[in-house]
Amino acid sequence: MREGLGKRCATLAAGAAAIALAVPLRAADHPGSRQNFANIERGRYMAVAADCAACHTDPHASSAYSGGRPIETPFGSVLAANITPDRDTGIGSWTDEQFDTAVRLGKLPDGKRLYPAMPYPYYTKMSKEDVLAIRAYLNTVPPVHNDVDSNQLPFPFNIRSAMWFWDALYFNPGEFQADGAQSAEWNRGAYLVEGPGHCQACHTPKSFLGGDKTRQPLEGYSIQAWFAPNITNDESRGLGHWSNTDITDFLKKGHNRIAGAAGPMGEEIADSSSQLTDADLTSMAVYLKTRPGQSPAGTRLAANDSMMVAGAAIYQDLCSACHRGDGHGVAYLIPDLATSSAVASREPTSLIRVVLRGAQTVATKDEPTGPSMPSFGWQLTDAQVAAVATYVRNSWGHAAPALTSGAVHSARERLAERTD
Amino acid sequence: MTRQLPKKDVVIIGLGWTGSIMANELAEEGLDVVAIERGPWRDTATDYPPNYVQDELRYRIRHELFLQPDQTTFTFRNKMDQRALPIRSWGAFMPPNGVGGGGVHWNAETWRFLPSDFVLRTHLTQRYGARFLPTDMTIQDWGITYDELEPHYDRFEYLCGTSGTAGNLKGEIKEGGNPFEGPRSRPYPNPAQQQPFSHTLFAKGARELGYKPFPQPSGNMSQAYTNPLGVRLGPCTYCGFCEWFGCANYSKASPQTTILPVLVRRRNFQVRDQSEVTRINVDSSGKRATGVTFVDTSGTEWEQPADLVILSAYTVFNVQLLLLSGIGKPYDPVANQGVIGRNFTHQTISDVTSFFDPAKFTFNPFIASGSIGMCIDEFNGDNFDHGPHGFVGGGYMGQVQTNGRPIQTTPTPPGTPKWGAKWKQAVRESYQSSLKPGTGVHGSMYSYRDVYLDLDPTYQDRFKRPLMRITMDFHDNELKQNAFLTDKFAEIFQAMGARQVVKEYRKGPYDITDYQTTHLCGGAVMGTDPKTSAINRYLQSWDVPNLFVMGASGFPQNAGYNPTGTLAALAFWSAQAIRSRYLKSPGPLVHA
Repeated sequence: MREGLGKRCATLAAGAAAIALAVPLRAADHPGSRQNFANIERGRYMAVAADCAACHTDPHASSAYSGGRPIETPFGSVLAANITPDRDTGIGSWTDEQFDTAVRLGKLPDGKRLYPAMPYPYYTKMSKEDVLAIRAYLNTVPPVHNDVDSNQLPFPFNIRSAMWFWDALYFNPGEFQADGAQSAEWNRGAYLVEGPGHCQACHTPKSFLGGDKTRQPLEGYSIQAWFAPNITNDESRGLGHWSNTDITDFLKKGHNRIAGAAGPMGEEIADSSSQLTDADLTSMAVYLKTRPGQSPAGTRLAANDSMMVAGAAIYQDLCSACHRGDGHGVAYLIPDLATSSAVASREPTSLIRVVLRGAQTVATKDEPTGPSMPSFGWQLTDAQVAAVATYVRNSWGHAAPALTSGAVHSARERLAERTD
Repeated sequence: MTRQLPKKDVVIIGLGWTGSIMANELAEEGLDVVAIERGPWRDTATDYPPNYVQDELRYRIRHELFLQPDQTTFTFRNKMDQRALPIRSWGAFMPPNGVGGGGVHWNAETWRFLPSDFVLRTHLTQRYGARFLPTDMTIQDWGITYDELEPHYDRFEYLCGTSGTAGNLKGEIKEGGNPFEGPRSRPYPNPAQQQPFSHTLFAKGARELGYKPFPQPSGNMSQAYTNPLGVRLGPCTYCGFCEWFGCANYSKASPQTTILPVLVRRRNFQVRDQSEVTRINVDSSGKRATGVTFVDTSGTEWEQPADLVILSAYTVFNVQLLLLSGIGKPYDPVANQGVIGRNFTHQTISDVTSFFDPAKFTFNPFIASGSIGMCIDEFNGDNFDHGPHGFVGGGYMGQVQTNGRPIQTTPTPPGTPKWGAKWKQAVRESYQSSLKPGTGVHGSMYSYRDVYLDLDPTYQDRFKRPLMRITMDFHDNELKQNAFLTDKFAEIFQAMGARQVVKEYRKGPYDITDYQTTHLCGGAVMGTDPKTSAINRYLQSWDVPNLFVMGASGFPQNAGYNPTGTLAALAFWSAQAIRSRYLKSPGPLVHA
């Protein structure tokens, strides 16, 4: 490892020297300089904003960014690459241009295409300066020798060259363009949400080939047996009832007066958004609150519907102690089902999952409690889960179609195969 | 073969209330801390969730959350000339096990002791003369005053979000609170819990008799609360499954709901659960602890070296580990010498069951919480003149009805058959119209020369270590106290309009099968003289200065209150001394 470091230093020093000759700048001012603290710090921050660690750091490994973590896609798993500066198995031998091309265009130095498990369709909106700052930061992390064979996909998805077809269909390369009609804050929020934050990767509905349905941005999508909810300003399914503070608290603390984060969003908050500045989180909230939702309000089931009657009884018996009789829960501790639009999501995946299996919410520095929802899967039949979920989805102003026992049954079977 | 672990700054034995407090205080100081816990890790949603915690059979009858006697137990006898036998099912008290310790299953009754309790021998001798005390009573002063402990009581109450009504704010007596309590520097962090009908009726009866009833200070939340560590608790739902149970609603103060979420985020803290410490190791001088030895569930023996050892297990296990580790001089009741095992005490509990006219009274006993209740303190400690009565000590008393759980709430008037249609009819009539407080009369137990702990000469645990032997009986002083208090208590139920009041006096001999409380105290007591105490006023071992012993094992005698508030305050007090003085200059904090 020491030898690797030495080689890398030599390469960088030579590169920096060449540029110093060409441009009348102090060497330390060059973005690639190891002395350019401001750029490295900017890169660290942007690596957090882009949540590189979510995939590239294996939570079971002792080293950061050394890859190997399976990234679940609807087509199979892709192992995240080693992005430490190791020259043999990481990205130490890449040029800055090669790094930028991989991150923003989805192409490897050898010309092969990346799978969009790497969110280059969103990172393409990042500025080159931010991407190269990330590179500068990654150059400072310890190189780790870890040879990862990323492509674990089954035939035919394992044929990388087929990705040109996917890219042609779904990939719109190009940097984020600021909207002059909007405030600087809004534009910063738009940049973070659409670019490094890659919120659409989970929250935008996908086609059968896994491409974004671009006419429904941020309107919610099922992923990893959760439903990443609608985060537009939609009143009935999205963030219409959330204030800017509700959004920033959720992203910063993992909890707000309405909801608590669990599952992949809990991971995102721990690894990424809880570490962003308040100004950046506010800008993201400002932007999200301007995203138009399009879902129709739907028809509410009548209170005397037999499922609603059964669901109400189960709710009173098992749910009301914590979530309270009025559904409002306890701020920052027990989610407010009455105000949360996520319970009435287009797809009930998360609600069913949380009832069946329970959930551990994220604990953060600001909200260390990390309360949990217990599992009810052992106790309630499929019909009972369907009834109580239907009741929650049609109470306190929510409206959503009734669930069937069959839907709960298949969710139960899918969850049984999962360890997360 | 013993396997060696890397050295830590601090090893903590037992991760209950005091272990958690010390771990957090010392980790905050920057020390590298490991806690070793005999029982399992425990958490709300996985170990006592709302969908099955209300299982009286599982938790109350079958003791789910407690130490299982087949893992380890104690032997018991009343008198020194008897042969002690092992306890095979818990009765008089319930030894906790697992992360959170007794803090998981307690009712959360969060009292402070009286100022006079801490200077008991001095106070009683001054007021009544030395000859008023029985000759074999070995009560002593604690070496600390209420005023010194007050800021630490305050810290614990704010950590827990204790619900209550102050009775003495900086010396000013407040209406609605306990007028006998020591001055508190600020009000309780939360208002008192709401009280159901039977409790308010008790308060009314008590007021009619001239007493000043007040709500019991409670670690069950009267409203949502965020403690100074940023940990949140939810409002109590009054479900009545508190004592013997974990709280499913994040509503009862416990290490899990107040400290552990912050503690487990600290990178310099580690916990090893399911690991039983078998001894504290000392160097050849016998004056310095070098760490502990423990055994995990695979039977592997490990040595954990450490600079500082915090002994924070349950009372009896604290004493046992000291004896097995050869720390301090074992107590010899015949020679009246030695300190380890000395001044062992419990509590003097009695109750009154009262029956009211079902046509006029409906009490709904299942609307309850562990610490709900209206109490009076006129007969606690030395709040009344003991001169005419010929005994010392006392206790609070109150309508502290903590549940109406179905298996054990089957009240029937005397004379009812024990089974059959008439029994069923009587239960049906009485269930909502009778009252039976959980701990109605909560009396003190003072210490005596022949009530003590030592190593059993016959019975051993699975490691071939001697079991602890409990030698305990009631003395006349406590039985007199109890008769007096129980009569006073019964008068209040008469004043409430009961048509029949059944007094259940505490009688000797001490019965190891009949539950009183889990408040075993003493055995490694604090004090000012190494000849009569195991630890100094900072809970530091006189013999091994890098060993601190937490918990009620340090109480020289037990007062008429639940002990948790005091033992937690002592932990904060000890932590402050370690942080501000000991770490700068490790060594004895008191020279005697």
